[in-house]
Amino acid sequence: MAMRSGRSRSEEARAVIEAVAADLLSRAHRGVIVDSPPGAGKSTLVVELSGRLAATGERVMIVAQTNEQVDDLVARLAEAHPTLIIGRLTAGDYEVPERLAPLRGPNLAFSSKLPELAAAAIVLATAAKWALVKEGEFPWAILDEAYQMRSDGLLAVAPRFADGTALFVGDPGQLDPFATVETDAWAGSPWDPSDSAVAVVRAHNPHLPVHRLPYSWRLPATAAPLVAKAFYPFTPFDAGSDLEDRSLSYAASGTSALDESLDEAAETGWSWYALPAAHTIRTDAEAVEACAALADRLVQRRATAVDRAAGYERAVTPDRIAIGTAHRDQAAAVRAALARPDRAARGLTDVTVDTANRLQGREYDVTIVLHPLSGRRDATAFHLETGRLCVLLSRHRHACVVVARAGIAELLDAHPHAEPVRLGVPVKFPDGWAAHQAVLAHLGAA
Amino acid sequence: MSTLTALARARAAHAGRAVPITAVRHVHLSEEPLVLIPLMQAGEAAAPLAVMAGTDRDAPRLLLVAQPRNRDQRFDFLTALAELLVPYIAERREHTETVEATKNHDEWERCTDAPQLILPNPGGVEALRLLGRSARFRTVDGPYPVDPRVPLLGRYLTWFADDRAPMPGSSVCLALTSVLAQHWATGQSALEDQHLPALLSWIDPPDGMSGSEAALRAEDPDAVPPAGPSTDPAFDTGVLAPLVRAQEEARAAEDMRAVTKAEDELKAALTAQLEPTWRTMWQGIDVLRSLPAAASDLLRWQVDRGRFTDFMAGIEEGVPPQPKRPSAVAAARRLADLEAAQQSYDRTQAIDDPLVLARYRVGGEAFAGRITFVDAERQETKGKRAWPRPLVVLHTEDEVILRPGVKLASPARVNQTVRLRAVRPSETGGYEVELELQSGMGRGKTPEEGSVPLVGEERCYATFLAEQRGTRPELPESDKTPWTHGGPPWPHVPRAEDQAEDWQ
Repeated sequence: MAMRSGRSRSEEARAVIEAVAADLLSRAHRGVIVDSPPGAGKSTLVVELSGRLAATGERVMIVAQTNEQVDDLVARLAEAHPTLIIGRLTAGDYEVPERLAPLRGPNLAFSSKLPELAAAAIVLATAAKWALVKEGEFPWAILDEAYQMRSDGLLAVAPRFADGTALFVGDPGQLDPFATVETDAWAGSPWDPSDSAVAVVRAHNPHLPVHRLPYSWRLPATAAPLVAKAFYPFTPFDAGSDLEDRSLSYAASGTSALDESLDEAAETGWSWYALPAAHTIRTDAEAVEACAALADRLVQRRATAVDRAAGYERAVTPDRIAIGTAHRDQAAAVRAALARPDRAARGLTDVTVDTANRLQGREYDVTIVLHPLSGRRDATAFHLETGRLCVLLSRHRHACVVVARAGIAELLDAHPHAEPVRLGVPVKFPDGWAAHQAVLAHLGAA
Repeated sequence: MSTLTALARARAAHAGRAVPITAVRHVHLSEEPLVLIPLMQAGEAAAPLAVMAGTDRDAPRLLLVAQPRNRDQRFDFLTALAELLVPYIAERREHTETVEATKNHDEWERCTDAPQLILPNPGGVEALRLLGRSARFRTVDGPYPVDPRVPLLGRYLTWFADDRAPMPGSSVCLALTSVLAQHWATGQSALEDQHLPALLSWIDPPDGMSGSEAALRAEDPDAVPPAGPSTDPAFDTGVLAPLVRAQEEARAAEDMRAVTKAEDELKAALTAQLEPTWRTMWQGIDVLRSLPAAASDLLRWQVDRGRFTDFMAGIEEGVPPQPKRPSAVAAARRLADLEAAQQSYDRTQAIDDPLVLARYRVGGEAFAGRITFVDAERQETKGKRAWPRPLVVLHTEDEVILRPGVKLASPARVNQTVRLRAVRPSETGGYEVELELQSGMGRGKTPEEGSVPLVGEERCYATFLAEQRGTRPELPESDKTPWTHGGPPWPHVPRAEDQAEDWQ
């Protein structure tokens, strides 16, 4: 199974990277788009290609969406290309994070002014910072997380590479950008400033080459088929590892419902921790406690994660666990439950608890997800959004436990898709309703 | 909907009467608003049927189109509407005040007043937008000439309904149902709130009736005609269609007496449909006037006056009408304007109104309490320099879900940013919040007098008040639109075909 048409999966992925590089270096197109499913090696691609583009002797600008994403790239670039001079363009009140401080030196400069980074072969900044730069042009540009970038953000940045060649990299299945005002004045038009950067570029330049990374190296073989089927029905991808490559085991056993759920997750990669049906407020105390207790049991039972392909065997420590929610107040409630003195003593305050928006691009061994529709009376567009569920269900390397009140299937049946259809707006497949149904069916939650 | 608004709705449903959700009025009310109730014909996008309008509640003007499908009559109607609106607008252009020069702007003249249209509901605003769009590109010559006031009216209506109405905080074009629902919670759904008579019944029911009873009565289209722009279908088939047909047949037979008779009957029928809404509109305005104006009211109205001045000056200078489609750059600028206006409107509402601020407190984005400890002497040193960084501890009963590092500001001192350092559960219940003051203390080594809160003072801190404002991205000029957004737009060349229309 590992061999397909005579090539290994890593060779196939390599071929895609080579094809992207060839398209870019030929300068036959103004832009190249790379779609990447979760954990398919997007950052690796960005790091490698920035080196190869910089090797042409022409400067490269890199745009990412958050400071954290930019700093991650800086760290990886500095490690991968120690001889290249890297410039980190920052906001005025930026503080160099601890992990980057040791790398600072002749080959890594920080500045809030672009002219001071004139020596750098690669300059990185957030889209918001690049939008404030008034001068300077780059022959090469890489736009990371381009599906999360808004069209008007791209418009502010694009003059910096208007005569060069741009690489747009991103995951089309994640959360779409949004505007803080409700307006459908531009819906369906190619100049809609709240649309995603990739959508607008493709609308205006329909012939740009689009490549797709074929394997998710993060998602285990138990998860990739579901995530691909539910969220990427027309652009399938596979797991980069085999079923027998990964395993999750516990040093201690248990018999509670929580333990059974964790056992199932270890065995099948998924489990559905069901609570009795009820309509609750957003910070449903029982569901919040279940999330915290599951993380607690995971730590108490001393879980070990093994990946034979990647060659590691490690303890699933609290910092390798994440709990994902739809709303910030839910995350705050879970954090409060983890901060209980006995749990804090077991280190559970190190568990990452955040909303889907903030978990984008992150990776953990085990994730616990508070289902966005749990305990709700209605299924709004926010809670049905495909990208939100996709982010929550695609952060894990080994297993994912979904916590939910019973009754979600009935809720979905009572709230069929009711968004207005607008002229010119491409119909989104799958819609949130269908994606939720696919996930429910797979996890056997009925 | 915020948790507090949901609670207010539940209370309203229980009590059978609307519950106020604001302490002050967050829209400006002109001393002489122009009330405008449009009715549109069913089945065609921008076919006006009638308008009842005016600034005097005792003297409404009724304009109507006897045959809404007839283009000549339609543009005669728009000419009549222009005759009514243009003087009202022009009057407000007459008086100006001098605005002193600032760093970014030369001295200029600003109108001392601006027009204000009040429509029953968002559907009415949308109807105006469509009328504006259909009128502003008409020409005074060519195959289908119109009165010169028609394209001008089109530009005015576009400005009201398309440019200003969606702008948060603007009051030149208001939909009454939206404004009322912004200030009161009823016991019915948001959809039902779009029916003006029902909504107002909840807020201001007739004597001897509860709001819910009155709202139920208002749902009967025979007793209370709908507030437009769509008419009651039973009225359409039972009353309107026979009268329009009679009028047409009389015209075809060139029987002028029969035409006059039919038109009078049509007028009477439409007056009966519109007059109840006319009275309801003024009742709604009275109810709104009973609320005290928010502290930022005049400042926001000043912005409206400024935009009105700019718009009128543009027309006088001969700038072309608003385009049918924006360029990518114009659309991005517009979205930035809308988002900035939304942020500013949200801020000022929360600063002006404790009930609005309370929504953020319940949502965890703000907390309020009493200052229990102050270290005003505290400093931070970096190299040789030292900055004042006073420390303040606040005790609050609100649920605090914010995490250390978050920046906050207080409505009492919005230009002072504080950083949340720690949150501890208090022994007496609630939380102790440790805050570090970071700005708004003057330039000296010690904080300016009065810039540090005192022990015992009540303070509220909110995250959104500390959000940065004013940093606009640098967008390219429209003629330098990059390839990602389709390159520079093609210049507009008016063509004769643009005027073509299925006229009859």
